[in-house]
This record gives sequence, C-alpha cells and structure tokens, in this order.
Amino acid sequence: MSSANSVMDRSTISGSKTGDVVLSARNVAKSFGSVHALKSVNFDIRRGQVTTLFGENGAGKSTLMKILSGVMQPSAGEIVLDGESVRFSSTVDAQRHGISIIHQELSLAPNMNVRDNIFMGRELGGPGGVDYAGEARETERLMAELDEPIDPMTLVEDLRLGQQQIVEIARALSVNSRILIMDEPTSALSASEVEVLFRVIEDLKSRGVSIVYISHHLEEALTITDHAVVLRDGAMTAWAERREIDLEWIVRHMVGENFDLGSPPTGYEMGEVALSFDNISVADVAVPERSVVDRLSLAVRAGEIVCIYGLMGAGRTELLECAAGRVPASDGRIMLEGEDISGLSIAERIERGLVLVPEDRQRDGLVQTMAVGENLSLASIGAFTRGFLTSRAREQNVIEDSIRNVHIKTDGGAAGIGSLSGGNQQKVVIGKMLATRPRVVILDEPSRGIDIGAKAEVFRLLAEGASKGLAVIYSTSEVGECLSVAHRIVVMSRGRISAEFGADVSREEIMAASGESVAG
Amino acid sequence: MSDVRQSASPASSSPSSDRVAPRRTGGFDLGHILLEGRAFFALIAIIVIFAMLSPVYFSTANFLTMSSHVAIFGLLSIGMLLVILTGGIDLSVGSTMGLAGVMAGFLMQGVSVDAFGVTLYPPVWAVVVLTCVLGAFVGMINGVLVSIFRVPAFVATLGTLYVARGAALLMTDGLTYNNLSGNPELGNTGFDWLGFNRLFNVPVGVLIFAAVAIVCMFALNRTPFGRWVYATGGNARAAELSGVPVKRVQIWVYVLSGVCAAIAGLVLSSQLTSAGPTAGTTYELTAIAGVVIGGAALTGGRGNVRGTLLGAFVIGFLSDGLVIIGVSSYWQTVFMGAVIVLAVLLNSIQYKPRKKRTASTENQKASSPSGPA
Ligand SMILES: Nc1ncnc2c1ncn2[C@@H]1O[C@H](COP(=O)(O)OP(=O)(O)OP(=O)(O)O)[C@@H](O)[C@H]1O
Ligand SMILES: [Mg+2]
Repeated sequence: MSSANSVMDRSTISGSKTGDVVLSARNVAKSFGSVHALKSVNFDIRRGQVTTLFGENGAGKSTLMKILSGVMQPSAGEIVLDGESVRFSSTVDAQRHGISIIHQELSLAPNMNVRDNIFMGRELGGPGGVDYAGEARETERLMAELDEPIDPMTLVEDLRLGQQQIVEIARALSVNSRILIMDEPTSALSASEVEVLFRVIEDLKSRGVSIVYISHHLEEALTITDHAVVLRDGAMTAWAERREIDLEWIVRHMVGENFDLGSPPTGYEMGEVALSFDNISVADVAVPERSVVDRLSLAVRAGEIVCIYGLMGAGRTELLECAAGRVPASDGRIMLEGEDISGLSIAERIERGLVLVPEDRQRDGLVQTMAVGENLSLASIGAFTRGFLTSRAREQNVIEDSIRNVHIKTDGGAAGIGSLSGGNQQKVVIGKMLATRPRVVILDEPSRGIDIGAKAEVFRLLAEGASKGLAVIYSTSEVGECLSVAHRIVVMSRGRISAEFGADVSREEIMAASGESVAG
Repeated sequence: MSDVRQSASPASSSPSSDRVAPRRTGGFDLGHILLEGRAFFALIAIIVIFAMLSPVYFSTANFLTMSSHVAIFGLLSIGMLLVILTGGIDLSVGSTMGLAGVMAGFLMQGVSVDAFGVTLYPPVWAVVVLTCVLGAFVGMINGVLVSIFRVPAFVATLGTLYVARGAALLMTDGLTYNNLSGNPELGNTGFDWLGFNRLFNVPVGVLIFAAVAIVCMFALNRTPFGRWVYATGGNARAAELSGVPVKRVQIWVYVLSGVCAAIAGLVLSSQLTSAGPTAGTTYELTAIAGVVIGGAALTGGRGNVRGTLLGAFVIGFLSDGLVIIGVSSYWQTVFMGAVIVLAVLLNSIQYKPRKKRTASTENQKASSPSGPA
C-alpha cells in the first residue's frame, strides 16, 4: 500500500496547474429506495483550491462526498478524474487514485492506539514485520504538524472527541493524497485547533492538493474557501467564487431566506435557583489525583439560559456529565431545586427533570440498532406507559411531536438511524431529551453538525422553554452561539470559572477570558 | 452574482415545509421477504422434504411429539434471546437445567431435617417454585458478575456452567433420581403431569413453552422493560444516559434466563421421569443456535421472539426428521452445523448491507430493525 501512495506525490500533481478541474461529478444521482438523496448533481474539484459545499442537513453533501471517495456508487451519472471517466469500487480504490476522505462520523477503532489507527490497513513494512518505530515517528510528526501533543501510544477511546477528530484528520493527511475531502472536520474542534487546521490546509493548497470542505460553521468556512457550492434537497442550487459572495448569500441559497440566530429571550421574571453546583470537583479518569473540574460553583435559575464557553479540555464535558450522574463528583454537592442529588442515578435525575444532551452522538446519544422513533422516545418511556404496558398511539404522538419540533428530516419514525444525515442524527439526540419535558436541560455542544436553520429552531425551543421556567445550561466552543442565546456567559478554563459575563459582552472579551490567545 | 446552474429555485418553498419527507408507501420486494422470513421458509422446506421422505413425519401425533422436544430447548432459547438482545450470552443454561432437574428430584425424595429428625415431602407446586428460585439464583449470580463486576458474559457464564454442573453431580454423587412420581400417602404426586399430561390434546410442556413465549413477546414489545433490553444491547452508554437502568436490566435478563432453564429442567425430568446430573449437557449451544437461526444478532439489540421460536422449531423438526428417516447421528451433527453456519451467513447479509445489494433492499432493511415480534 505504501508504495501506491508515493506514486502520486508531487510529480503526478504538477502535470496540471492551479484552478484546473481535477475531479468532477457529472449528473450524479443517488437514491435510497424512495429517497432521492442526490438528483443529477454536477460538481467540480479544482487543483490546489478549496471548494466548500454548503447545504442544510440532509441536503446530500455527505452522500456526494461518499460517492466521490468510493464509499458508495452513484445510481446514475459518472465521475471524471483528470478528464477520464472512472469508477471507484471501494475507498481503497479511490485512495489509489489519490482521493481520501475525512468522514463526518469518526471511523476510528477506539480500542487501538493513535499510531495503529493512523496506519490501519497501510502498515509500514519493516525487517521484522511492521515498522512500529517508523510509524510512531511519522505519527509524532503529524501530531506536531497539527499542533496537538498526543502520544502515539494513547488509546483512541481515552481521547476526548476533539482529539479523536484530529487523529482522523492526521490519518487522512498521512495518505498524501492529491484530493482531500473533509466532511465537517471541525465540528468538535476548538477555535485554536481550527486555526491550526487552516494553516495545514493552506500548506496543502500550496503543494497542489485539492480540497473539498464541508462545514456548518459558515463564517469559518468562508475564511478558507476559494469556491462555494450550495446543495439543496439533493440538487445544486448555486455556485460562486469566494470573492463574489458573503455569508448572507450562502444562507439565502441554503435555506431560501436570511436567518438570524436571534437574541436571548426577555420579558419575563426568572425564578428560583433550579440547579446549583456547590464546590464541585471531578477527578481525572486517568490521573485520579488531578481534578478536571476544580471546586467550581455555579447556580442557574429557572428561566435562565447560561452558556458555558471554554476551550476543549477546559472541563466542561466532565462538569456536565457529573451533573447528569454519568461521572461521580470527587467533592462538593449538586443541588436540583434545593435538593441534594449527588447520590441519585441518571434515571432518577431524568425523572426529576434534569437531562443531558451528550456531546458524542454516536457513542452516547444514539442506539444505532433502533429506529428513529424508538430513539426519540427512549428517554420518555414513562410518559406513554400505563401500568406495565406502553401505548403505541401515545408513543407515536411523542415521536411525531419530536420530529416536528426539531425538524428532523426523516422518512418517518420507523426509518433506521443510519439512514439519517449527520445533522439529523444530532437532532434526534436533542429531540429525545427535550421530549422528556425537562425542568433543567444541559446541552453539551448540541450544535455539532446541525445547520443554521435547525440551530435557530433549537435556540427558539430553548428560549420558549426558558420563558416558561426551563433552566438551560448550554456548552459551546462557538462564541457566536453564546451571544445569541445566553443571558449569562460563563467562561471555563482549566476546570474553573475564569470569568462571567452578561449578555452584552463582546466576542473578544469572552475569547480572552478563555485563554484562547495564549492556548498552545 | 450567483450562478444558479440547476433548475430548482431556492426561494420558492419555505425552509421547513419540505424537511419532513412523506412516509414511505411500503414497497414489495421478494428478495427482502425471503431474507426476512428465512427461518419460516426453512421450516416449511424442512416439513415438506421430510413429509415426502417419510410417511409418518406429517401427522398431528408426530408434530406434537416433536413439539414437546422443541419445548425443552425452545424454553432455553427464549431465555437466551433476552440475554443475547442485551449483548450478552448465557452459557450456563444447560447446566442450570441439569441442576434444576436434580434439585426437583432431590426435593421429591424428601428432605430430612436432622435437627427434628423428620423428613419433609414438599408438595409438587412447592418443588416447582423452589426449583425456579434456584434457576433465578444461578441467573442472578451471572447477572451480578456481568453487570456489577463487569466480568465478560462469556467468561462469567462459562464459570457458572462448570459450577452448576459440578453442584448437580455433587448433589447426586453422579447418580440419577429415578423415581419422581411421588407417593399418594405423602401428598406429593403429580410431577409427571408436566411431561406427560395433555390439555386440549396438547402436551403440557408445549403449552408452558407457548405461555413463556407469549409472555416474553409481550414483555419485549409492549413494556418499558422490553425497550430497555433492546436499548441496552444496541448502545449501553446511550441507553444509560437516556435513563435506562442498564445494570438492573442486565441482571434481570440473566435471572429470567435462569428461570427459563429451570422450567426446561422441570419439563425434561418430568418427561423422562428421572433426573440425572448430566441432563442438558451442551443444550446451551442448541439454545444459542435457535436464537441465531431466528435472526438475532450476537452483538445485541436485534432479534425477536417470533424468530427465535422459528429457530427452535427449525432445529427440532430438522433433527427429529433426520432421526425418523434414519440418517446416522454423525450426519445429523454435520447437518445441524451446516444449518447454523448458513443462518449466521444470512444474518450478516441482512445486517451489513454493502455492495451487491440494490439500494431499495438497503432501504427496506433500514426501516425494519429490531422490530416487533
Ligand atoms: N443509507 C441511507 N438510507 C436511506 N437514506 C439515506 C441513507 N443515507 C443518506 N440518506 C438520506 O439522504 C439524504 C442526504 O443525506 P446526507 O447524509 O448526504 O446529508 P448531508 O447533506 O450530509 O447532511 P448533514 O449536514 O446533516 O450531514 C438524507 O435525506 C438522508 O436521510
Ligand atoms: Mg453529512
């Protein structure tokens, strides 16, 4: 395998010049049964440039990329590489042609270490079998390039989500392909990590690598892209060069109107303290003497929306999981409506109205073997159970309400989870927890992968809930989100609260308090 | 400045009106139906083939006899299904079944209480209850080991497999209790009712099997517990965060599996009117085979009672049929193995749709996961 990689090093690439079309989809269509995910799409990838694909959740972005990278075959149409029609029978085949992809959903083996994941299926040969030392050196080099000091021997399951995403990126980089497809590579990355990635992308561009980029972080994508393509309901609706367009153009073509994420809800009195952390500490799983959350205190009132902003690794996820009962606190108390809930199980907390929307939808959010509907109703089974039996009709109501409320694009509640687009899967996780009619809702990076319309809808639901007394804790690493939804913004850094702001704060103040500028 | 290449006009529809696609109108796909109903078609094929090969095969009497054989490991299969649905496995059911039979035999012989110098002869209903409690106890040990102490299910139940078998041998010194009919003077007759009597002309064992199956079907489809079982097997972490009491569910499925094994042990020793310590050896494998042929995934989260029943009948009707037409027992073993491998092969086609399958089949599959029985 490794020999195949070297074949398409610079020498092959330098045949054409920047801006030439290297790979294109011609009238490509893809159907899943009665669902037409792509309807005759034309799409070009240009040498040494970034082409960004925008579109709502379920627009067909991932499907198109999977077709271009050999994961699936088109139902109709052709793929043209360097002017010749090609057919990729598998991802390995596509890789041999110099095309690799970073998938939207992580595809790492959690039980293996970083080094082995990066070289999985392409192990470097050595005199005594696999050249582990060489692989480790190469891994370290990639990690240094991405500015993420991860030991090559760390197990992937011990990494936080953002780091796993970096490993996924490193794996794609290690292939040295000339066309690199990135399907939402930054959804779990912090701002500084995104910056590093963008530097890497610039470097790749200068070496003639063509890049396809997909992201729902529109501003961010605009800073890196050369071309923008908008997909809508499986058809390409617009195409333009970077200098001709702005944010408004993208949103207009994506959803058909301009969107404002809104501002924090006002015009009502906040209630009593609903949830409070009282000197909470959470021990590091790996190093129990160290605290990832360090004697933190915070109180959230009914009707209040509090954003917790912080870099990855600031201890946000641990704090929130501790509140939900997933990890125990090593010290301190958590009070729900004046009652100490430290000893309660997750189920008991949900029953009392405290729910968590977890960060990692694949690992913690979805039951892949169950249908969309069953996933949506999983956390609120009690609501449609009488005596011992569940009621089908009442369950159906719960499911349909959820699908409508969070706008899940699905073929109905009976569709399999795997048939949903990434963003729609995320909406299922959010919808499931909101269906329990909570009094305190904790959302850990809920906007991962959802489009701007859906984000606005989730914000609207939260604002509406808050005006009726719902307490919301919303964790994010996007400053813009804080500003459009929160009454109060709490910045976390190294397990502690480093600053607290009201709704009238500026972007820069928040970022400075998180230690963003000095983060390594 | 925007270059709209395609015909669709972006501003024509409101942003959310077309987001929720209409419900699928239901397609008809022969390949899919064959695959979905493979256990059913296999059963039909078995019946037709053996009916042609042997005149005695296709008769009510033979079906009832075969069904009472099926009932034994069918009961084990149903308990096994619950465990497998949560992503576990219970290798101890064969031994638990043997232990249960021995326990029943032991109680029927009378329990001498040395302190008072008397021998107690519990009535049959008490024997049945105590034996089921024993099965539940063995299951609970499995469940606690797996859920609380996080011992891998394979290892934990492999351990109980040996312990329970050893306990059965110890209780009887390796011998068999031959007299289970009880004594009218002692008021403990009636044990053979389970294995020999018929209600509405159907053997009681088969009726018990049917009752257990129906209860399980209800539990899996219509109760929160059933949903919890599927969720635990599909993704235990996600289930837990959704408020599913994952640990309790795990303990319960092993307890229920143990109870099913105990019932199977009672029916078997009643049918045989004897209880030997080696009864049920390797039955755990037959039980697993029944579940797998019935379409359940060993990784958990997929499968149902209907499939498992079919699986149990496929195994029972096949092996009895082979006996009836006089195939050597060596060949019987070979046939059984082939059927099991074939079933698992079909399972992997069903759950891992990749190339070779049309998009429409793929979609059908997506809409019928774990599904109601
Ligand atoms: N295996 C499948 N079976 C059935 N339908 C599918 C399958 N995969 C994708 N789809 C459907 O195809 C459409 C496009 O999905 P795709 O994943 O390409 O969306 P996307 O643009 O990547 O969205 P997102 O921003 O949410 O990631 C969706 O309606 C989805 O439900
Ligand atoms: Mg996608």
